[in-house]
Amino acid sequence: MATVTNPSTVSTGSLTGKALREAAFTAVMAFLMFILFIGLKTDQNIRNELIIVPRWGLLAIVVAIAFVGRFAMVAWLQPWRAASKASSSAAADDEQEAGFFKRNFSKIAILALVLYPPIVLWIFGIQGSLKFIDNFGIQILIYVMLAWGLNIVVGLAGLLDLGYVAFYAVGAYSYALLSINFGFSFWILLPLAGILSAFWGIILGFPVLRLKGDYLAIVTLAFGEIIRLVLINWQDVTKGTFGISGIPKITLFGIPFDASPNGFAKIFHLPMSSAYYKIFLFYLILALCLLTAFVTIRLRRLPIGRAWEALREDEIACRSLGINTVTTKLTAFAIGAMFGGFAGSFFAARQGFVSPESFVFLESAVILSIVVLGGMGSLTGIAIAAIAMVGGTELLREMDFLKVVFGPDFTPELYRMLIFGLAMIIMMLVRPRGFVGSREPTAFLFERKSVSGSFTKEGHG
Amino acid sequence: MSAMANTMTNDAILKVEHLSMRFGGLMAINDLSFEVRRGEITALIGPNGAGKTTVFNCITGFYKPTMGMISMQQKSGKSFYLERMADFEVTRDAKVARTFQNIRLFSGLTLLENLLVAQHNALMKASGYTVLGLLGFKSYKDASKEATEKARYWLEKASLIDRADDPAGDLPYGAQRRLEIARAMCTGPELLCLDEPAAGLNPRESQELNKLLRSIRADNGTSLLLIEHDMSVVMEISDHVVVLDMARKSPMATPPM
Repeated sequence: MATVTNPSTVSTGSLTGKALREAAFTAVMAFLMFILFIGLKTDQNIRNELIIVPRWGLLAIVVAIAFVGRFAMVAWLQPWRAASKASSSAAADDEQEAGFFKRNFSKIAILALVLYPPIVLWIFGIQGSLKFIDNFGIQILIYVMLAWGLNIVVGLAGLLDLGYVAFYAVGAYSYALLSINFGFSFWILLPLAGILSAFWGIILGFPVLRLKGDYLAIVTLAFGEIIRLVLINWQDVTKGTFGISGIPKITLFGIPFDASPNGFAKIFHLPMSSAYYKIFLFYLILALCLLTAFVTIRLRRLPIGRAWEALREDEIACRSLGINTVTTKLTAFAIGAMFGGFAGSFFAARQGFVSPESFVFLESAVILSIVVLGGMGSLTGIAIAAIAMVGGTELLREMDFLKVVFGPDFTPELYRMLIFGLAMIIMMLVRPRGFVGSREPTAFLFERKSVSGSFTKEGHG
Repeated sequence: MSAMANTMTNDAILKVEHLSMRFGGLMAINDLSFEVRRGEITALIGPNGAGKTTVFNCITGFYKPTMGMISMQQKSGKSFYLERMADFEVTRDAKVARTFQNIRLFSGLTLLENLLVAQHNALMKASGYTVLGLLGFKSYKDASKEATEKARYWLEKASLIDRADDPAGDLPYGAQRRLEIARAMCTGPELLCLDEPAAGLNPRESQELNKLLRSIRADNGTSLLLIEHDMSVVMEISDHVVVLDMARKSPMATPPM
């Protein structure tokens, strides 16, 4: 008679054995992978000769981390996750009660953002709050806006654009050049920068209309680089790599934020501080972000937005339904680029300085990874991803205690790309569709049910 | 039977004349002429590789024929030369809609959204090419409501109304076929071209399909042109059969009723 073993009777002893075996294998793999990366370091000695410095201690630490990590994962984490999955399917009924926070998430988030500057001011005082409003607030919101703009092109229309930073650059340089040379104010140049960027979106969109997928990505990447190289080399206009400095600040409808008698602080009888300008910038970029979100949500419910999503799902079917895919694609490029242009002009005004350095491919990659990490098409997911990625980078700068651990030469922010990569890999494994993988339908007859990510497509052109 | 052959009558909605399509050295269609009559169901049959789908792609503008003329005569009297039009214009202006042999739904959109996408051009106009809709004008809201009603009508007709808010990719195969037909009908076509609508359907689903196609012709006055392998479907519903054999047309026939 055949013996049938019930899998649930497998003892924990064999689990430990399995964990040990897998951990040993992982340790060997880690050893082989890192022996050249970490174990051996090439250096120059005093006579400028190349020497190899072995770092066996560091290698041993890394291999030990790999061993312990794998062991913990197999022995404890996996059984725990299996158990929690089993219990969560039983407790699925509780979900409706916990829905209040979830249902009103966007309202709560907006309220929190509006209250953020006063709360930070109250806790840290005027000077202490600058860092939180500028580095954590404004910086993150710029990326939220950029990612929401790119979301229209990549998330909704499914057109993989690796050169998005070009439109950001167009917006920034439009503001910088036009305000310095012609003295226009920010409030005129903001829409103008958006229009110019949209115009460039159309110009760059035309040649790539027939391209799909990887080919589209490569060509848009090239366009992004072309714009940057033009900015570097057209020295008469852009001053090349020196960049443009002394870009005028934004005024509050004519009231400047400076020490002059009719400046903001004097008019409102407040002590002079640069914090007001930062707070003003925070609310301005928040308003721009909300505008982007509002327009995106509205557009999704309009025929053009539905056509974008249909285009992502199936371009041929779109054409068979009488949709002009050329104009549909171009509007996606143009509107996405327009928001990039808004963000660019804000960026230029905030920094007071633009140079081609700010518009390298890495920026495009960061914005795209925010969109992918957040879940393509989902505004909430993208905002969370932007907070995690950009806020995480800023947090790394704050982690001075790591210098105690790794020595005074350790600069945590240099590891940000490593952490980006790690975050991406973990996301691919845990949530392959991003933080918010499901899609909200734009219309419903009886009830609003979100569409599981397994049905939506990523787009192919 | 042959008395009807080649009589180009005045009530033809679509006339295909001397159509040829060459892919490099391969002659996919050679000098094909036939017509589809208004208010009838015409079936295009033939062995594999006879060029049936190529004919469809020529009619709906996806291919540009090497030679020949395809003219569409609308009820209003307007006529269009389809071979000169881009694929999306064929649907938008000439009012010829089509389905595909391998179903092409927007699988991540709900059934309702699929049918709303099909009404793109009407809604686009109502939303003032996005501008008025973005500003929240009432005209778009009304048009949107109307479009939803039209979608509801077609969902009911295709007996898909229970699943209106589910993603299209979640439907069983037969229902996807019906949805694709409903979606094509939402563009408001005068001629509907179906590429193997009964392929992969079980006999019961096949019966439902026949019922749907008949009612499309009867209630909506849409003429139908279909490619089909399933002779039971062809014989049961078509008024008119065009046989394609080795890229030429065999004599036109009327199926025995």
